[in-house]
Amino acid sequence: MAGSPTLLPESRLGSTLRRDPWWIEILPVIIVMGGFSIYATLRAFEGAYYSWGPYLSPFYSPLIDPQHHWWPLSPALLILAGPLGFRATCYYYRKALYRAFLLDPPACAVGEPSRRKYSGETKFPLILQNVHRYFFYLAVLFICFLWYDAIRAFFFDGHFGIGVGTLVLTLNVCLLSLYTFSCHSLRHLAGGKLDCFSCATFGRSRFAAWRLSTFLNERHMLFAWCSLFSVGFADFYVRLVASGAIRDLRLL
Amino acid sequence: MTANYETREHDVLIIGAGGAGLRASLEALAQGASVGVVCKSLLGKAHTVMAEGGIAAAMANVDTADDWKTHFRDTMRGGKFLNNWRMAQLHALESPDRVRELEQWGALFDRTEKGDILQRAFGGHTFKRLCHVGDRTGLEMIRTLQDRGVQQGIDVYMECTVTRLLTDSGRIAGAFAYWRETGRLIVFKAKSIVIATGGIGKAWRVTSNSWEYTGDGMALAYEAGAELMDMEFVQFHPTGMVWPPGVQGILVTEAVRGEGGILRNKLGERFMEKYDPKRMELSTRDVVARSIYTEVKEGRGTEHGGAYLDISQKPAEYVKKKLPSMYHQFKELADVDITKGPMEVGPTCHYVMGGIRVDAETAESTVPGLFAAGEAAAGLHGANRLGGNSLSDLLVFGRRAGLAAAQHAKRVSAPSMDNSQIESAEKELLAPFSNSGTESPYAVHRDLQELMQNLVGIFRTEADLGKALVELEKLRARAAKAGVEGSRLFNPGWHLSYDLKSMLTVSEAVAQSALARTESRGAHSRIDFPKLDPLWEKKHNIIVKEAGAMKRRESPVEEMPGELQQILAAD
Amino acid sequence: MAEATLRVFRGDSNGGQTVDYRVPIAPGMVVLDALHHIQGHLAPDLAVRWNCKAGKCGSCSAEVNGRPRLTCKTRMDDLPQDQPITVLPMKSFPRIKDLVTDVSWNYRVNRKIPAFEPRPGTDWKISQLDVDRVQEFRKCIECFLCQDVCHVLREHDQKEKFGGPRFFVRIAGLEMHPLDGRNRNALLKDELGLGLCNITKCCTEVCPEEIRITDNAIIPLKERVVDEFYDPLTRMFRRIRGK
Repeated sequence: MAGSPTLLPESRLGSTLRRDPWWIEILPVIIVMGGFSIYATLRAFEGAYYSWGPYLSPFYSPLIDPQHHWWPLSPALLILAGPLGFRATCYYYRKALYRAFLLDPPACAVGEPSRRKYSGETKFPLILQNVHRYFFYLAVLFICFLWYDAIRAFFFDGHFGIGVGTLVLTLNVCLLSLYTFSCHSLRHLAGGKLDCFSCATFGRSRFAAWRLSTFLNERHMLFAWCSLFSVGFADFYVRLVASGAIRDLRLL
Repeated sequence: MTANYETREHDVLIIGAGGAGLRASLEALAQGASVGVVCKSLLGKAHTVMAEGGIAAAMANVDTADDWKTHFRDTMRGGKFLNNWRMAQLHALESPDRVRELEQWGALFDRTEKGDILQRAFGGHTFKRLCHVGDRTGLEMIRTLQDRGVQQGIDVYMECTVTRLLTDSGRIAGAFAYWRETGRLIVFKAKSIVIATGGIGKAWRVTSNSWEYTGDGMALAYEAGAELMDMEFVQFHPTGMVWPPGVQGILVTEAVRGEGGILRNKLGERFMEKYDPKRMELSTRDVVARSIYTEVKEGRGTEHGGAYLDISQKPAEYVKKKLPSMYHQFKELADVDITKGPMEVGPTCHYVMGGIRVDAETAESTVPGLFAAGEAAAGLHGANRLGGNSLSDLLVFGRRAGLAAAQHAKRVSAPSMDNSQIESAEKELLAPFSNSGTESPYAVHRDLQELMQNLVGIFRTEADLGKALVELEKLRARAAKAGVEGSRLFNPGWHLSYDLKSMLTVSEAVAQSALARTESRGAHSRIDFPKLDPLWEKKHNIIVKEAGAMKRRESPVEEMPGELQQILAAD
Repeated sequence: MAEATLRVFRGDSNGGQTVDYRVPIAPGMVVLDALHHIQGHLAPDLAVRWNCKAGKCGSCSAEVNGRPRLTCKTRMDDLPQDQPITVLPMKSFPRIKDLVTDVSWNYRVNRKIPAFEPRPGTDWKISQLDVDRVQEFRKCIECFLCQDVCHVLREHDQKEKFGGPRFFVRIAGLEMHPLDGRNRNALLKDELGLGLCNITKCCTEVCPEEIRITDNAIIPLKERVVDEFYDPLTRMFRRIRGK
């Protein structure tokens, strides 16, 4: 029996008695999200190499005023706020971003940097997270455009065909759809807001809808990451083809 | 007057915040009484949360042929006719209403297709009768009562232990207690006290009971002059965990068998065919426990000395939905996946049918103003309790005790407090601090558990019980010398030294009663008297304190009215 | 026999230090067994709360190797034995003695929550599909590990403004009760500080009952609060429908 000085950790950044490398959880988020942000910003401002043949980069869809009649800058800047807002207010990304970038908290039972006052999501700007559902409505609109783009990618000069780019854009819109329709707000609207499924009008169908969206919602994080990679890659692929760095391989 | 304690006053003081205590407090409150609830743990941690299977109530939602008469008959037969017939009747009549009441306070039971409360089969019940919430019915019950109590404004004294009941010329005047957290003293003035402290299982080594189950309430009542009844009837639940050692005794709910679990021995034989071919695994608990014990004793036990209980023939999803906490319990504590393989189970000390002798209608003990309900009270279950009857017992007689206690408080004048009682209680409580500390309360407790396990277990003999009484005397002497280290601030060693006194008292009551009852009936099995004795069917064992010593006498079983006898005779 | 070292906090509200105890290891042993061994043989006054020892009552919460856990469900053989196992009291609550903390704040929060009140005229027929969702919340054993790990309480100590995950789970159980007629959205937003939760999910990670606290209780409640207070469309609809 030996006494040793108190081991109760003081509250400062990283103080914990956890034995595992807790920072491993946030490291990939910092790297991937950071990398993606840099890439997406550069590409958004680039304003070039966003389409080739029937392919249109998802960063630029829907394409507005490409001829610069009234908008002098990159057309991507007109629309990117939509998908960006959807992800920034997303219930999953909020967790990932608060942990990785605000270190609030950096991990469970790990100390935070001392800061002035914590107000969570009750004050401006974070109170705006409450409008997530409006970004969801917007995201559905974007999904329609992206499906249109994906279908268009099957037609080369009016003839049906499939290139690698077709597959890339189709896979991307599938993953984006899964991400969008696994949204927590949709789960609420589909049926979660009801207290009594068996007593509400259309209660049974809304229960079914809620069950389906629950099934998807449980995989929301997975879809969030997969679709982030796919949308970045789809843009990258279109850029490679459009800039002439590689040639699109026609499969059919 | 010493200023060593704070004083609180209530019309009704309830000791124990499990199902019975909380139900009693709600009823007393509804009668307009000022109510205080004292409990040894935090609110909501009472042993009721461990009840898994369900609440027995003849609601006939699943088996429409069920009615109170059948429930009454099942209870009496399960109790080997030693039950208080009036209690069994009231219990069968009132429990459906008590369950509905819980639902109206927000409890959510599993449902039938039609939207009614779903009921499941259980040992000794003719029909599917147990209203349940998966395998955590007790938790649902305690949370519902707790939240309603908080809402209605009961005063709860958490982590507070009552060590003596105060009396005023033979009737209740209050209670002396201490705060476990600080060690400070508190005196309650009350016109009525309801004891709802549960059982005594912590006196055995292999037990499903928590540390709280030390028989405090029975010991308090006994010291205050109340009668204890039928203390020899201690139920060993047939299925407790046997491996690993640290979890030995933890309950495996009877719902496993209710949902179709099968018991087998080492050879793969479904041994219940030998012992009760009609009811098999769903026989009464005394029968199943003895069967498993016998199989093990005769060399057909499992590797760790138990029997196999197998539910893996049912679909995995069904098992996880119906028995979620069993699934997790075995997965996490024993590395066993019960959807794939069998559990190892063996008997574990679970419940005491005996307790404070009370009036059937009012739950009042033989001391005016002292009431008892739930496991602490005797009568309803006779010689053996059916699964599911305990939760309904808590509700039915908890309510009755609360009601009668509030009415009693309205009726009587304020009792006066006797300072000499308070002073002697204080002296007794603090005595361990002045002991030299050669004896550890933990060591005495371990020895007591070993003694009760080996000599006052499932099968008993005259020689063992006689030896137990002698040994208990020695333990009592050791306990009196036990000292404690440290201060009065949350000191478990000190807490145990008080609990030990209660355990020794009830253990002696159990051993004395068991020695006297020269027959085997229900949960009481004498190897030297293996048969039912019709003479003992007519007698209760009564334990009472007379001239400072424990005395036993016999009291006749009350004659049952003709119409109830007819119900019993029917099939 | 194999032994392990437990490094246990000994002290009270004034402070204290950790003390090392050597404990023999048995198969299947849990941390609470080791603490009981210490009580029974080495330090009889070691203060520990516990009841059922089966993960059903939620009394024995502590921080084992820095992680909030039920000590009755933390197996010794799951912990590395090469260095001492630290067992500390929950950090978010005031210390009383050793591993026992003052959790009375939780009971005060609970008192603010209006109880179940049935909608008038109900026939008490309830469908299992409505029960399933709520039963998850009612599994809570009040171990308060979620309250301990939640950084709003643990790091920011906002006990005055915030109810904590445990009570969001309780309210979710009431709000989604198929027969409950009350509305607790304003209470959630104003008194219990639902907006202070930034859904970082530590409560879900520590819950021994595996309640999906964030996804199934907190976020649905946040959405309900949005319906009532932040979403202009739903507010307008409500006004049109006269509710």
